[in-house]
Amino acid sequence: MEFQAVVMAAGGGSRMTDLTSSIPKPLLPVGNRPLLWYPLNLLERAGFEEVIVITRKEIQKMLSLDTKMKLDFVYISDNVDMGTADSLRHIHQKIKTDVLVLSCDLITDVDLYKVVDLFRTHDATLSMLMKKAPEPTEVAPGQKGKKKPVEQRDFIGVDDTGKRLLFMANEADLDEELVIKRSILQKHPRMHIRTGLMDAHLYCLKKYVVDFLVENRTITSLRSELIPHLVRKQFSSPTSLLQGLDNKEEGRKKKEQASLDIYSFIKEDNSLLKPAPDNSCWNDHRGDMNETLHEGEKGRCVLKIKKGRRCRGVNTLALYIEANRQVPKLLLNLGQEEPLVHGTAQITDRGMVGSDSIIGSSTQIGEKTSIKHSIIGSACTINNKIKITNCIIMNSVTVEEGCCLQGSVICNNAVIEKGADIKDCLIGSDQRLETKGK
Amino acid sequence: MAEREAPGGAGPGAAPSVPVVVQGPELSREEKLQLRKEKKQQKKKKRNEKGTAAEPPEPGTAADPAQPRVTPHPASPPASANAPNDGEKPPGGKSKAELRAERRAKQEAERAQKQAKKAELGQGAAPAKPRLTPTEAPSVVKRLPEHVQVDDPAAQRKLAKKLERQQVPLRQDYGTKVNLFSHLHQYSRKKPLTQQMSIPSTVIHPAVVRLGLQYSQGIINGSNARCIALLEVFKQLIRDYSTPPNEELSRDLVAKLKPHISFLNQCRPLSVSMGNAIKFLKKEISCLPDTLREEEAKEKLQGTIDNYLREKIVLAAEAISKSAFEKINDNDVILVYGCSSLVNRTLCDAHTQTDRTFRVIVVDSRPRLEGRETLRRLVRHGIHCTYVMINAISYVLPEVSKVLLGAHALLANGSVMSRVGTSQIALVSKAYNVPVLVCCETYKFCERVQTDSFVSNELDDPDDLIVQRKGQAQLGGWAENKSLRLLNLVYDVTPPDLVDLVITDLGMIPCTSVPVVLRVKNVDQQ
Repeated sequence: MEFQAVVMAAGGGSRMTDLTSSIPKPLLPVGNRPLLWYPLNLLERAGFEEVIVITRKEIQKMLSLDTKMKLDFVYISDNVDMGTADSLRHIHQKIKTDVLVLSCDLITDVDLYKVVDLFRTHDATLSMLMKKAPEPTEVAPGQKGKKKPVEQRDFIGVDDTGKRLLFMANEADLDEELVIKRSILQKHPRMHIRTGLMDAHLYCLKKYVVDFLVENRTITSLRSELIPHLVRKQFSSPTSLLQGLDNKEEGRKKKEQASLDIYSFIKEDNSLLKPAPDNSCWNDHRGDMNETLHEGEKGRCVLKIKKGRRCRGVNTLALYIEANRQVPKLLLNLGQEEPLVHGTAQITDRGMVGSDSIIGSSTQIGEKTSIKHSIIGSACTINNKIKITNCIIMNSVTVEEGCCLQGSVICNNAVIEKGADIKDCLIGSDQRLETKGK
Repeated sequence: MAEREAPGGAGPGAAPSVPVVVQGPELSREEKLQLRKEKKQQKKKKRNEKGTAAEPPEPGTAADPAQPRVTPHPASPPASANAPNDGEKPPGGKSKAELRAERRAKQEAERAQKQAKKAELGQGAAPAKPRLTPTEAPSVVKRLPEHVQVDDPAAQRKLAKKLERQQVPLRQDYGTKVNLFSHLHQYSRKKPLTQQMSIPSTVIHPAVVRLGLQYSQGIINGSNARCIALLEVFKQLIRDYSTPPNEELSRDLVAKLKPHISFLNQCRPLSVSMGNAIKFLKKEISCLPDTLREEEAKEKLQGTIDNYLREKIVLAAEAISKSAFEKINDNDVILVYGCSSLVNRTLCDAHTQTDRTFRVIVVDSRPRLEGRETLRRLVRHGIHCTYVMINAISYVLPEVSKVLLGAHALLANGSVMSRVGTSQIALVSKAYNVPVLVCCETYKFCERVQTDSFVSNELDDPDDLIVQRKGQAQLGGWAENKSLRLLNLVYDVTPPDLVDLVITDLGMIPCTSVPVVLRVKNVDQQ
């Protein structure tokens, strides 16, 4: 088998606690489907038949997905705070081939074969998907104050072709200067450094990376520790390790650290592929005298940059709302044939429902209610004479007469009484809003 | 005499022989003459109908080239090996062999008959006519390989059906083609075959998927590199293969290899070196004795593949390099074109192992610009190099002492098939009286005959020709312009009279001796 897919659905959604306090992040409804559905749908469309989903027990109970794939749920308990790398270590016995790791908050229609093709063609250690960071256009409801203009940026260095990942550093780790090793510049004299890219949390990893993770227990998170480590390791030669071993014979600790280098995990299968590149006339870089693939350079990291708008992770509230807005178009792209307005919804006044609103099942919508650009969950009761614009209303919400809702997010089981006028608010679940409230 | 007629009458297609009962010397003269005439006619008829299927005992020069040309021809493009035959041929390979055996037995009987008749009749023996030029016998049909029949919808439908059966996706052609080359495939690099496959590929082995991607993206380039990579991947395939129950390894493994070969063919048309290697491998597999266990058989196969690699590619390269650098003299100026692994190796060896001083002129051409790689390798070794584009060859040729070229394949009439531009270099060199030497291993010799570069060629991605200068691409919108076609050819054919010497691992031979080498090889293999 070539690949195994792993979806990380145990995350807590630490950046949107208002929403996730009541609902765990993988179950947040986006376009009336749980968030977890989107990465699973991506995998299903690509042709995967089995997926390993790492999640918490209670999530699986609440999950009801209809997918043809075989989902293998692995539970990690709530108490232990496990990072993503820890989770991979937890399931390392199930992993027998190269892995494709996805995060549960990825909503995209990227062609997965492009990321995987780069991985296969260049025999890379890591292949990841990055997207152009969207401009933050609107202030999310419930958040006071302007957004910080400079968030935690990533500095990503790519080579001329745009495919090879040379350098990665987060702004938080740097003081004032960006330090680039000379060996990188010697091999790739032209490097483009981009700051507008965000990680989409989709990684293709070789099997020996998982083996390395098992041995090396200091790495807890994929994104912040393992990936930069791999990127840095591309350009460090293994010979320097041997020197380390010779010089420091005292201190077994040093030896242990040295042996935990990832190169020692790469099986020597490369003898097969050695003569062919010598004879072929392809070269991955120009302008210097070196051989094609730089002997001694074993771990290659490649990346695919997704242009266009249809790729987002749902990490913060603003992104969540943006995602919901994009979802109707996305669903069309994904070939979902369900009509936007669910069959069992009872809508008395059809003309008032905008064309890109999604209405869930068993929802009742009263007369003279106008709904535009909104997503309404299932089992809601929306009475008469209500104006809803740009809202996200989750399941089982009751909205009484005469309300006017704009740009808000209303969580499960909330009740909004008559005459309320709500603008840019975030209403938690089970809340009750009084009459004529603002 | 009646007995002689009887076996002849048993075969199909034989003329209904009139059982003539000769009474003996009571016949009158006229009747005897009449008898003889009839017998002569019957013999003629029989000889015509037997056709040229089986090997004749008389060495006929017309027979030999026809036979190796015709029989391996349908076999050499392995992709079309499966295509259903013409209507005239009986379906299935086994019955063909049976029919052939039958016909052979009949012919033996006929021959014995004829000998006896000759002895009896004395002067009535039919003059040993020179063998009729073998016309299209109904049993062996000249089939065009599929990859040069892209504009024939019937052939394409057959291909699509075959690929569907093997569960290999069909790659779509891209862009309008030049009319002269509309019979060839033209693919786009941006639409790889993996687009239509599921990601954890189950039908095709992942190593083969990777290889196919590397071929189609141009990462593994050059006929030696492609063949080496192919054989290594086949070794891995054989390692991961396990015989299903109730199947023979020798037959099942060949059947399992076919979808992978079709997949590689769809990614990039197979090169001649790859085709020969595949033929060799298939023969080796089907010749495996049934007594071997699976593990032993697999090891034996891996051993033969290693042998083939070592002998035909690695050692051959050494041998060629050794004999070629004897041709390099002191103060020579050598012209090379593009990037050929053999030529590079020769030059590097000549530089390190002898102390002759020579310099090299590297000629390059768009869009591949492979000469840059040659330049890099030679300069790294310390050889003095000059780099020109192909439009400048008539300016540099007056100072060149010899031209050293690599080849993709050597065809049976002595033509050299190589990267596009090679024939121009040979032509201009001939005009300047500069000797042209071609280096080629024998495993790249091919029984095909081509006199032009149109019939069987490869069309590369036409978008490679688009050049971006200052942010503008002049040809960028070529697809919208209905009267504009872009042509990116990969190979061309150099006629044999432009080449002075071919350096192979069997020695240095003139171009016209290629059919001899092929014949010797065929006899060896049989």
